[in-house]
Amino acid sequence: MAGIPHDEYEPKSKFEKWLDARLPIAGVMYATLTVPTPKNLNWMWIWGSLLTLCLVLQIITGVVLAMHYTPHVDLAFASIEHIMRDVNGGWAIRYLHMNGASLFFIAVYAHIFRSLYYGSYKSPREVTWIIGMLIYLLMMATGFLGYVLPWGQMSFWGATVITGLFGAIPGIGESLQTWLLGGPAVDNATLNRFFSLHYLLPFMISGLVILHIWAFHTTGNNNPTGVEVRRGSKAEAEKDTVPFFPYYVIKDIFALAVILVLFFGLVGFMPNYLGHPDNYIPANPLVTPAHIVPEWYYLPFYAILRAFTADVWAVQLVSFVTGGIVDAKFFGVAAMFGSIFVMVLAPWLDTSSVRSGRYRPSFKWWFWLLGIDFMVLMWCGAMPAEGIYGIISLIGASYWFAYFLIILPLLGVMEKPLSVPSTIEEDFDAHYPPKSKPAE
Amino acid sequence: MIRNIAFTLIIAFGFATNLLAAGASKQHIEDFEFSFEGPFGRFDQHQLQRGLQVYTEVCASCHGLEHVAFRTLGDAGGPSLKSSQVKAYAKQFDVFDPELDDERSAIPSDKFPSSGMLSAPDLSLMAKARAGFHGPYGLGINQIVKGMGGAEYIASILSGYTGREKEEADAILYENTAFPGGWISMPPPLEDGLVEYRDDHSSTVHHMSEDVSAFLMWTAEPKMMARKTMGIVAVMLLSLLAILLYFTNKRLWAPIKRKQTKI
Repeated sequence: MAGIPHDEYEPKSKFEKWLDARLPIAGVMYATLTVPTPKNLNWMWIWGSLLTLCLVLQIITGVVLAMHYTPHVDLAFASIEHIMRDVNGGWAIRYLHMNGASLFFIAVYAHIFRSLYYGSYKSPREVTWIIGMLIYLLMMATGFLGYVLPWGQMSFWGATVITGLFGAIPGIGESLQTWLLGGPAVDNATLNRFFSLHYLLPFMISGLVILHIWAFHTTGNNNPTGVEVRRGSKAEAEKDTVPFFPYYVIKDIFALAVILVLFFGLVGFMPNYLGHPDNYIPANPLVTPAHIVPEWYYLPFYAILRAFTADVWAVQLVSFVTGGIVDAKFFGVAAMFGSIFVMVLAPWLDTSSVRSGRYRPSFKWWFWLLGIDFMVLMWCGAMPAEGIYGIISLIGASYWFAYFLIILPLLGVMEKPLSVPSTIEEDFDAHYPPKSKPAE
Repeated sequence: MIRNIAFTLIIAFGFATNLLAAGASKQHIEDFEFSFEGPFGRFDQHQLQRGLQVYTEVCASCHGLEHVAFRTLGDAGGPSLKSSQVKAYAKQFDVFDPELDDERSAIPSDKFPSSGMLSAPDLSLMAKARAGFHGPYGLGINQIVKGMGGAEYIASILSGYTGREKEEADAILYENTAFPGGWISMPPPLEDGLVEYRDDHSSTVHHMSEDVSAFLMWTAEPKMMARKTMGIVAVMLLSLLAILLYFTNKRLWAPIKRKQTKI
């Protein structure tokens, strides 16, 4: 791997030399594990490791669950109860998998907002960012597909509503939806393909994770100052960095242990807290739940979807201009996908020459407002779409778009950034001053 | 068609939840003190056995427990009946055996019969399916702070009848302070002294409601005790690991951060 100058792997034993001439896998592993990492990373740089752990946890628990699960509309719900009651430790595996999804999303949101604050998405890390966004989209798809499998009321009606989103696309929508469902409605064909895809996507995510790591190992990690590691020589780079192993391996494992304490508290003491109780009622196509709510991690985007109702002037304008092709439904769907798409474009929308939010006095305020906006939208998504919640959702959704499309481009031009340290070493030394005299 | 349904759902969502919210505002769920609340909560075996008695004598005439096998009545962490008791208990139910193509009396490996009445939902998971009064403002504070859940809901329904009834569309509805909307079609199932407990425990409606709700919590979450034990062990071990890793990390970084290590 290219990137920051560092020690190369030297095959020593006869076997290592033999293997290295045929498959340089040991060298790749060595380079990955010892990658020079900025020595000033703070605690917001632990999420990547946690996300990797989540992926492994979900795949392992998921593979075991699949051994006992039956993807059939008449048997799926009972097979989950079989796992919960009769499979040895089945309850633990299922609760770990269920809450593991929540842990995964908590970590990914922290990871994304970390990138947004410290400008990790900016040049030269755009490819890392885009791959990350693809991973996030696949995670959302995987989470949704998995939520359908227990075949409870929310599984069924969630699947009906979400696949309905594709039906809102003008022209091809209805055929697309039928193709996705494998029939005119959510039924056995849907459950079977959702199971198949739910098993497939995590491995696609794994592939993208490798690309994600490859990409940022090429550009080097960002860091809280946003200043690049010096690359003039190995000696110079070593002043700014420490090898990933052991320094960040141990730090990340410590952080993992702390987070797992909380996670096991959740799994052990209130495993159904983040789920919807209606999913313990078997799916019934004839009874619509009063309140269809997606899992918590979709709520902000669900709120954006519902915010654009037919009485919003922007919706009416677009509907008028397009001659009614884009109606309120499609506008909402477009807004939901658009809200993620504007994030993808962040590297080009952000015009500031300063990478880290730490040195951008006004950016900070707008950023934290975006964080609050995200939480407010999440709350609105769980509330009924009426009265005050509709208005708050609309304000929240508007700010989301304004942040990426207006504030980020303008701030770069208008804001006067603070002075940025010239090197990572300088920033690090400011926190941990070198001793003026050696101790001895 | 489906597309229309789906979108009517999203848009009609507001109206539907409006009704729910209107009902929910009147809904009163009493906060019962159950022995299984909190991280250290355990099921009370005697209470589960009393609840089983209420279920058998009252609920089972209409409702079912199709996910619960008789043998689990003998499991540790449950009502813990002796195996002879489990056998004798199972025998009183008739189940359909596809191999015999006929009914026969149940054995411990069979499951409880499912609901005999179409309008009576299965109760196996009711205590988990009715945990949804996540107040206030949908934040679930009641669940965290007060330990409120589906067991509270069931007990509140059973003890929430006011005695008023009305006729609507040829059906009699009974006023109930815990039911969303305030009117339920299930007639009041309990009255004081209806069940004569074998352990001479008082059988007021309040006590019977509490006991049968605890039993239904067990049917919904039979591995709760094992789960909480796992939680406690995992939290303790991981905390210990975290403490050790904290010092490892501190020591590892000390030379980089130019700090003296005392360890």
